[in-house]
Amino acid sequence: MADRHTGMVEKRGAGHWLTHAGLILGVLFIFFPIWLAFVASTITQPEIVHPPMPLLPGDQFLENYAKALVSGVNAPVARMLANSAVMAIGIALGKIVISILSAFAIVYFRFPGRKLFFWLIFVTLMLPVEVRIVPTYEVAARFDMLNSYQGLILPLIASATATFLFRQFFMTVPDELAEAARVDGAGPMRFFVDILLPMSRTNMAALFVILFIYGWNQYLWPLLITTDPEMNTIVMGIKQMFPSGDDIADWPVIMATSILAMIPPVIVVISMQKLFIRGLVDSEK
Amino acid sequence: MEKRVIFKGVWLPLLLIAPQMLITAVFFFYPAGQAVWQSLFIPDPFGLSMQYVGLGNFEYLLSDPYYRASFLTTAIFSTLVTLVSMGLALYLAVLADRLIKGSGTYRTLLIWPYAVAPAVAGVLWMFMFNTRVGVITWYLGQLGYDWNHVLNGTEAMGLVVIASAWGRISYNFLFFLAGLQSIPRSVIEAAAIDGAGFWTRFRTIVFPLLSPTTFFLLVVNIVYAFFETFGVIHTITAGGPQQSTTILVYKVYADGFVGQDLGSSAAQSVILLLVVGALTVLQFKYVERKVHY
Amino acid sequence: MATLTLEHVKKSFGETKVIHGVDIDVAEGEFIVIVGPSGCGKSTLLRMVAGLEGVSEGEIRIGGDRVNEKEPMARDIAMVFQNYALYPHMSVAENMGYGLKIAKTPKPEIATRVQEAAKLLQLEPYLKRRPRELSGGQRQRVAMGRAIVRRPAVFLFDEPLSNLDAKLRVQMRLEIKQLQRKLGVTALYVTHDQVEAMTLADRMIVMNAGVADQIGAPLDVYADPETAFVAGFIGSPPTNFLPASRFGGTEGEQLGIRPEHLSLVAPGEGRIAGRVISVEPLGAETLVHLRLEDGTDVTVRQEGGAEAPGEGMEAGLSWESAAEMRFDAEGRRMRGT
Repeated sequence: MADRHTGMVEKRGAGHWLTHAGLILGVLFIFFPIWLAFVASTITQPEIVHPPMPLLPGDQFLENYAKALVSGVNAPVARMLANSAVMAIGIALGKIVISILSAFAIVYFRFPGRKLFFWLIFVTLMLPVEVRIVPTYEVAARFDMLNSYQGLILPLIASATATFLFRQFFMTVPDELAEAARVDGAGPMRFFVDILLPMSRTNMAALFVILFIYGWNQYLWPLLITTDPEMNTIVMGIKQMFPSGDDIADWPVIMATSILAMIPPVIVVISMQKLFIRGLVDSEK
Repeated sequence: MEKRVIFKGVWLPLLLIAPQMLITAVFFFYPAGQAVWQSLFIPDPFGLSMQYVGLGNFEYLLSDPYYRASFLTTAIFSTLVTLVSMGLALYLAVLADRLIKGSGTYRTLLIWPYAVAPAVAGVLWMFMFNTRVGVITWYLGQLGYDWNHVLNGTEAMGLVVIASAWGRISYNFLFFLAGLQSIPRSVIEAAAIDGAGFWTRFRTIVFPLLSPTTFFLLVVNIVYAFFETFGVIHTITAGGPQQSTTILVYKVYADGFVGQDLGSSAAQSVILLLVVGALTVLQFKYVERKVHY
Repeated sequence: MATLTLEHVKKSFGETKVIHGVDIDVAEGEFIVIVGPSGCGKSTLLRMVAGLEGVSEGEIRIGGDRVNEKEPMARDIAMVFQNYALYPHMSVAENMGYGLKIAKTPKPEIATRVQEAAKLLQLEPYLKRRPRELSGGQRQRVAMGRAIVRRPAVFLFDEPLSNLDAKLRVQMRLEIKQLQRKLGVTALYVTHDQVEAMTLADRMIVMNAGVADQIGAPLDVYADPETAFVAGFIGSPPTNFLPASRFGGTEGEQLGIRPEHLSLVAPGEGRIAGRVISVEPLGAETLVHLRLEDGTDVTVRQEGGAEAPGEGMEAGLSWESAAEMRFDAEGRRMRGT
């Protein structure tokens, strides 16, 4: 591809440096947009609107971020960050809780309708929220969930993926463990709480990382059901900061907000990289 | 596969599964059913009554040049997003796989965009290519190229494709790298001893062994391009200019919420449902194939 | 400590019958081993006693009380599983005390009983460790410890030694026996290994295809098998079977003779002739494998010092008529003829 003459087996000499050069090029392509946004968040509006803008950070970092966090454009960004955090954590925890409970029921019990329930959950894989926005919006409106945290969270927490992940994991737990617990006198819920939950910790953590990012990055749904700027999440709120018509956008504040919008998920992904990759690969299996 | 051990009881498992079933029924099945139902009606102009039209909404949609154009736009858009992002990711993964040391560092640097929401990615790229203040627009201008994605449909399409592909590189990179690293070294070394050069080895050994990963990513990326790129389109072009970047999901939103044409929007939802269904079946085929490995 | 009684116990999964009616009375403190090949229903039988499988027909009584409908915990039993089934996230002490904790035993008492069991099993230094930090033998001991602290009326063992290497298996076999004697607890032990069965059992139950072919003390079973299956399964190398028709029996009947009851004589002498196909000198004894004219293979066990013919040589075989065991066409023992 990049270099057809050097082998993949031998990794010395010019080929080695070309490999690094190719990767660095990739990293630059990845980081350039982020870097530019960061620079824009540290300089003044005039510096931006008279292109070209500088490519190195300026001295307006504190001013721009303070302005964004405290007053923002329509609502303080601090408020939007809090909304996003509530939504992302709510979705992640909600999905984990309802999924692990239903996976436990499906794997460890035989009850009428078990197969049917299993398929009903499976079919939801085929129904991304984007496909059914209007009727789902109507349901949320009827339950008076517009501009509320329930409205942001509940419609997004049913997850076939998480249920399947837990189901798969439970299948690998040896049968003897449940039998030993029964002999020890543990009922189903005792077994669930004392044995199964502690054993699922890593899976839950990995899933949490994935679902947190899923929740944080939601756009269309919050756009539909939050009309009150006080309830906006940060990811959808950025677009709302652009003025309609010909007014000039407040670029430094908008770019500071963009940077703020990516910090929490980036921290989660980078700091929990191992768990994240594991969760990603597992949840797609 | 079934568990041997079963706890007794009927009410307890039903209670355990109830929360998920409740959420699923209220927010999945009921709305999906509503979409199917509404797709068979046209509301009167005042929204007071509904008139049954059978498949009229579908007939109208499929003869609507805008909707047909949107299909074509979606096809072009998802093909490009998938190819660009998978191509770049494969290129980077092959390079990273060649390194003995340091591939972890590059991985850490390259997974950032996964954390960046499509909508935020859209804002970042829109900023660079902004017709008034964009840095790249300005440099292109210096080179004599007048970039204006607000007026030029092709440039608009190019921009949303790049922004969407950019956000997806990390994901594809991680899967390709994992796929490459699971190919046994000895197979590649044996080919090298047989005299195959790097390119021959890649074409005849590495790529075929990578095909399950590639197929999986193909399906996942098409789903991504179809549904999850809404944020990119909405922030950069809002479907314009002249609907040149109006993909199907954007059109459901635009017709249903902005245009308030519920019958048409519902019919579009149903068509999308069929598309997702087909993609899920494809994905299932992949899972089945993997089981045979 | 208690008696254990199985009366006409049957089990079927849907249409498939896996246990065809087993009866046994286990005395207090007795060590009973159920032995049989895989798929004979021995594990199912044990799991029925444990309460992990329902009883299709018949009755199980522990200490005289019917337990068919009781939960495992209410049966006053403890079980050691084949793969130990230790809770991976709990320490050794927590693993052993978990049953007591559920039974709401006061904490100090749990601690004392765990300590006692640990001392008995030489596990004291490992009480704080997790199962994955232990060797196979230590895990095995923890599984036993978990059973001991409950002070059950009956111990149930489901092939507890099959995951250990050969040397450790012999050692743990001895320990289990000593422990059971010391505690005096009634024990029901399932294994597919006839050596384990012979060495551990006060009485053993040889199971075959869902039926208890024979119940008795190991040496009695060895010396006087009730069926051809038992004769073939118990003892190593296994009993030789010859078609009885060649020695005055009817067609379909078989003659069983243990390898140690056969002796080699000069070619042309003895009751039957064969050719030596291989010789295995094991030190204390030597196994000589022969192929008879009709293609049947037989094994002769000789003292290690005795002279053995070379491979490929012809030899005659002789035996005392008293050592013959006759089985009918169904494999049942024929006596008195």
